Amino acid sequence: MTAPSHRSFDTAVPLEAPQDLVGFEASHSLAAIAVRRRLPFGLVLSFVFVAFLIAASIAPSLFTHFDPLVGDFSEGLKPPGWAHLFGTDRLGRDVFARTVFGTRYSLLIGFGGVAVGLGAGIVLGIIAGQRNRILDEAVSRLFDMLSSFPGVLLAMLIVTFLGQGMLNIAIAVGIAGIPKFGRVVRAQTQLIRDADYVTQAAIYGLSRWQVFIRHVLPNVLVAIPIIATVYIGSTILIVSGLSFLGLGPQPPTPEWGVMLAESRDVLRVAWWPGVFPGLAITATVIAFSVIGNHLQQRFEGRLA
Amino acid sequence: MSSVGSQIDRAAPVVEVQGLSIGFAGANGGKPIVVDFDLTIRPGECVALVGESGSGKSITARSLLNLAGDGAKTAVHRFEIKGRDARSFGEADWRKLRGTVTGLVMQDALVSLDPLRTIGQEVAEVISSHRILTDAGAIRDRTLQTLGKVGIPNPADRALQYAHQLSGGLRQRALIASAIAADPDLIIADEPTTSLDVTVQAQVLQVLAERIREGAGLLLISHDLAVVAGIADRVIVMRDGRVVDSGPTRDVLTHPRHPYTRQLIAAIPSGRSRGSRLASARFEPGASDATAVSIVREPLPQRQAAGEVVLEVKEISKSFIAPKAAGRAKSVVLQDISFDVRAAEVVGIVGESGSGKSTCAKVVLGLLDPDDGEVTLLGEPWSSVAEAGRRRLRRKLQYIPQDALSSFDPRYRVRNIIAENLPGADGRIARLDRIVSLLELVGLSADHLDRVPRSLSGGQRQRVSIARALAAEPAIIVCDEPVSALDICIQAQVLDLLAELQSRLGTALLFISHDLGVIEHLCDRVLVFQNGRIVEQGGAEAVLRQPQHAYTKSLLASVPDIQRGLSAA
Repeated sequence: MTAPSHRSFDTAVPLEAPQDLVGFEASHSLAAIAVRRRLPFGLVLSFVFVAFLIAASIAPSLFTHFDPLVGDFSEGLKPPGWAHLFGTDRLGRDVFARTVFGTRYSLLIGFGGVAVGLGAGIVLGIIAGQRNRILDEAVSRLFDMLSSFPGVLLAMLIVTFLGQGMLNIAIAVGIAGIPKFGRVVRAQTQLIRDADYVTQAAIYGLSRWQVFIRHVLPNVLVAIPIIATVYIGSTILIVSGLSFLGLGPQPPTPEWGVMLAESRDVLRVAWWPGVFPGLAITATVIAFSVIGNHLQQRFEGRLA
Repeated sequence: MSSVGSQIDRAAPVVEVQGLSIGFAGANGGKPIVVDFDLTIRPGECVALVGESGSGKSITARSLLNLAGDGAKTAVHRFEIKGRDARSFGEADWRKLRGTVTGLVMQDALVSLDPLRTIGQEVAEVISSHRILTDAGAIRDRTLQTLGKVGIPNPADRALQYAHQLSGGLRQRALIASAIAADPDLIIADEPTTSLDVTVQAQVLQVLAERIREGAGLLLISHDLAVVAGIADRVIVMRDGRVVDSGPTRDVLTHPRHPYTRQLIAAIPSGRSRGSRLASARFEPGASDATAVSIVREPLPQRQAAGEVVLEVKEISKSFIAPKAAGRAKSVVLQDISFDVRAAEVVGIVGESGSGKSTCAKVVLGLLDPDDGEVTLLGEPWSSVAEAGRRRLRRKLQYIPQDALSSFDPRYRVRNIIAENLPGADGRIARLDRIVSLLELVGLSADHLDRVPRSLSGGQRQRVSIARALAAEPAIIVCDEPVSALDICIQAQVLDLLAELQSRLGTALLFISHDLGVIEHLCDRVLVFQNGRIVEQGGAEAVLRQPQHAYTKSLLASVPDIQRGLSAA
């Protein structure tokens, strides 16, 4: 307890606006917003990076004038430099261009996988979250079965069944993700099912279905964007792994996992065709995880 | 350092504070939360700190232990603990002080006690960590002795139990035991009895009073003036971080000088306030004595005469069977409960926690089916029909819960909350008009339409909850402790609102409360619940003034009362 001077507060401090109420304003720079809202630097960086990723997957030619598929053999395995930012691969294709064009595939399959997993997870999770013990047991055991396989292994099994290709790989990763999403939705449903406002709605005389549609479902779905963001990173990681194994898009598609696989043969003489797509995967996974964790912390305890 | 010092200078203050201010950088617009607080407590003296939530009483008490929290900025003129200047204390000094010189008792013992340790270990730790005793046997003896001192029966057995295995009263006593184990000269008790039933509250207060008789100083923080009346020597009334009134308990409570103190006292509901508006109370000079004041209140509108039976409960019973892990033990929660509620009547249910009040409300609301017996609503079968059959009658039976906020869908605004319970589909404009008129009925306005409940104050939330119940134009409303979470002045306003609307609209109320004062203020008839049975029922005045059953008598005797407290002290 330090007591420098009595009544040190009497100097009027101007009224600060409560932090929560400060919204994003278009006229302010991102940095200014970050400082004012006291966002951690890593989080801002992650947001910026994800914005770049989205831009790169919509309009990759904005970032590079090289063709990702066509290379000049005489330019093969050039190290990074001014002409080729990330160097060139064995076939003389620009690694930077391939990395930029590859964003589209990784994001698309990642989002697709999460969508499939979420879609099935929401339906199953809500069924399990109802007051029916038999349905709950059945669905929960299904989740247990699915999650008893490592995610990559399960996705590999499914792809072997469905055949290669972007859509199939998204479905495969999605199915492997069902228990993750399903369990969260089940827990959330149970929480809201027993909330006071749901009881209150029953007292109004609403039917069970009306209560579910009006009060339970929307409040369960509130949490979904957050769960999705948290898992996009890890889904992209699995997708890259499967592509690396040759189960996803096929060469010469500039997908990051495919690029990693192609770089394997030349890794002893040239590090750049492998390291840059690898860094892209790492950075993407980290960025999504950072954003997802931040969202989760922000909304923690506000969902029920 | 404790016992020797207090022997020498018996009258020297345990703690003396002058000009204490506390603030948090960034919070509260940079303004301090507590301003210019003075306090002196001598051995064997109890000072009570009274005020509503947010008045700064808890943070003040905590800063006496240097526990005001991270980022707290305190400034103080003079701060002495047992004659030593506390302003120069370092963290090590404070640690030595806590437990030996000062002990802290908080409101919620379940949270304050470590769930992984027995209460014996909890108390023993205080003794051993301050190296008061080092021998294991001696520590054990002292622990059991302390548990006995706070009135825990069979201390040797209880010492081996965990906090969650004890009842609320025993738990609170265990917490007090850990606070006094090292024989502190000053005990700080922050709302120590707020979550307890009245009979248990009386026991805990007795334990604290015993400590004062033994020479400890007690700083009691409470929002309940009646609790304070029975135990405190002096009272300090705080509001918005400032001391507005202070002095000997008797003077402050019987001749309150400050308008705020007067308001606090006048807002306490009791038999004396029946039929009048609590919030309208003002003090006028007494006729006989110039210093005496009397409370004058405006009357409520004339009540309508009780009409036909709206709700009839016939011999209902309910028991629960514990899960397999707990041995499938059967616990009877309600047994042969029968009563009826007539139109325009207010029927109160009183009882301690676990007496079956809330289960009874659930059965009446049709959320639980009784094992035996029947409930009829407006002459039609209610508990015996399936939910789909009940839906038609649902609007006639509404509910006002204790915690309004959790009964609102978090995505809804005030307008949606009320609209959902509004019958009919007569156009958007007409519905909006109806919602606004309901808001005005409960003392809110159209400005509140688009507010989210989280941004409303406790009193406003309860008003929205009342408006929502009235929207359905019910014949009867079940109110489960609707005002127990509110501060006394807000409670007075909400009670006035309920009483006024009730007499104007002629809606019957089934009013559940643990607060006998509220029941006597509001109810025509009262049902006394104990262990799932109605042990006594009748007119509110008759039952609460001349109780026949032993349980009702003991319940009434435990209720703190300002007059009784002052004459006993």
